[in-house]
Amino acid sequence: MYRYVIKRVLFLIPTILGVIFIILLTMNFTPGDPARALLGESAPQADVTALNHELGYDQPFTKKYVNYVKNMVVHQDFGTSYFTKQSVFDEIWPRYQITIKLAFMGVFLAAALGIPLGIYAAVRQYSLWDTIPSLMAFLLAAVPAFVLGMVFLFYFSLKLNWLPSYGIDTWQCYLMPALAISIPPAAMNLRFTKSSMLESIRQDYVRTARAKGASEHTVIWKHALKNALLPVITNIGLSLGSLIAGAVVAEKLFSIPGIGSLIVDRISYKDEPVIIAGTILIAVCFTIVMLIVDLIYAWIDPRIRAKYARTKG
Amino acid sequence: MESVSAAQPGVQVFKKQSQAKEVWRRFRKSKGAVAGLLMLSIIVLLLVFADFIAPYAQATQQDLAIKLQGPSFGHLLGTDAFGRDLFARIVHGGRTSLSIAVLATITSCLLGSALGAIAGYFGGRVDSLIMRTLDIFMSIPDILFTMAVVFALGAGFVNLLLALTLAYFTNYVRLVRSQVLNLAELDYIEAARAGGSGSARIILTHILPNAMGVIIVNTTLNVAKIILYESTLSFLGLGMPPPAPEWGLLLADAREYMRVAPYLMFFPALAIVLCACSVNLIGDGLRDALDPHLKS
Repeated sequence: MYRYVIKRVLFLIPTILGVIFIILLTMNFTPGDPARALLGESAPQADVTALNHELGYDQPFTKKYVNYVKNMVVHQDFGTSYFTKQSVFDEIWPRYQITIKLAFMGVFLAAALGIPLGIYAAVRQYSLWDTIPSLMAFLLAAVPAFVLGMVFLFYFSLKLNWLPSYGIDTWQCYLMPALAISIPPAAMNLRFTKSSMLESIRQDYVRTARAKGASEHTVIWKHALKNALLPVITNIGLSLGSLIAGAVVAEKLFSIPGIGSLIVDRISYKDEPVIIAGTILIAVCFTIVMLIVDLIYAWIDPRIRAKYARTKG
Repeated sequence: MESVSAAQPGVQVFKKQSQAKEVWRRFRKSKGAVAGLLMLSIIVLLLVFADFIAPYAQATQQDLAIKLQGPSFGHLLGTDAFGRDLFARIVHGGRTSLSIAVLATITSCLLGSALGAIAGYFGGRVDSLIMRTLDIFMSIPDILFTMAVVFALGAGFVNLLLALTLAYFTNYVRLVRSQVLNLAELDYIEAARAGGSGSARIILTHILPNAMGVIIVNTTLNVAKIILYESTLSFLGLGMPPPAPEWGLLLADAREYMRVAPYLMFFPALAIVLCACSVNLIGDGLRDALDPHLKS
């Protein structure tokens, strides 16, 4: 198990380097150069060329890549914003925390809503406890998060005036955005939990547990659920991707000062350093969470542990 | 596939049926799937004959004299803040949204399936090269990667298609690879190889047709996902450049007029949900029809 953890953690390094590489390579196709963007349209060409040289823009791509990573790791330096002329890191960091907070609220809510309902739907198959949540999940799987957000905004802010429609001043502000982005993944979790639970309920070992006289409660919660939750855990990890997309949308919709809305806003200003840094920071966080999900998976599933012990241990 | 039909009591007639017929027979049985197919057919017909139903000019021409009018006979779903007919905008927006979704599904399916088949069939170094690269690709949340591509290349139909393809092809690589890994072990593949078939021939004519069921089901469900994702992108202003009407864009515009004209928000949202729902219904029906074992 330790070997597995160490190997996976070490693999994080090439992954993150690869992520940065792909993003920088994509950005390399952007027309225009940084000095022109920093100095403005009217600056003389000689100054632009000089600043480009100073920034290292005229270097080959591989060198730029190495420099970027070095500055990032050693100095937490992500460059200077073309738009505000401030340090990108200072601008991004507070917003980054807000986005991550929102996305994790979404993960938590999606699991808290989807998994229990999914278990219940499987245990009480064909009852109202199954049909109503399953139908809801089916319909909600076809509603994008931003539409849900708009509907919430319309009813809870405009019509009923219960909740604030923008900002992050009070905890109530987080209710609508977090709920809006968590409902689509919650619907996914429900469907996943239900089908995986149905499958495990029909297994022989569950019948054995019943036959030896275990109570229904023990059978469901101890025997069936343990196996059924494995695919669900993977799904929760994968849903973080859609939750980050959701967070970007929710930030835009509810005027939350997060990193997603920052990136979207700066796209029209061609503020490349902010976009690159924001993308990389979120991708790094995402990679780490995916790693944690994988480790939890291996920790819960003895088959993976055993496989690893046999081949490498 | 063989089906048994009792023509006369006591006499069993075995009749060979094509796989497609059998799948269609099972598909037809599911009410939801048929409803989805019907709904989607209506939507597609509306979009195909969009120019006859509501000319494109109505969707883009501004007429401030009739702005923000509620649904009426003249304007079935009302008009927006610039006096443009909402029905025309939804129909023409759907054309863009749906064609991008379908095209992006096809391109991501082709790219992903090809890579997945190669990785699964050849294994070894090729496999780990493709899969490790894929791991890195998958570590970037779709939305961020799409934003990066749109930012670097600019908004437009082709770039949007490219961004969506790059966001969605990863699913297919994993899916097709695992299918190929399972199938490549089977005896008939060994037989084909012994018969002298080359790798390309084995993959294309022996392995992929058997993985087709799973690919088709996933492709259908993916269309719905891409419709939703594409609407999210255009909501954020990362879709087609204006004045092209897109469903997500219609909703983004409706935000400002939520208080005075909630129908501007309601109808495009309904269009997205109906479209994605009907595709999902078809996808679920197809899954049950193609593989009855999976039905829960």
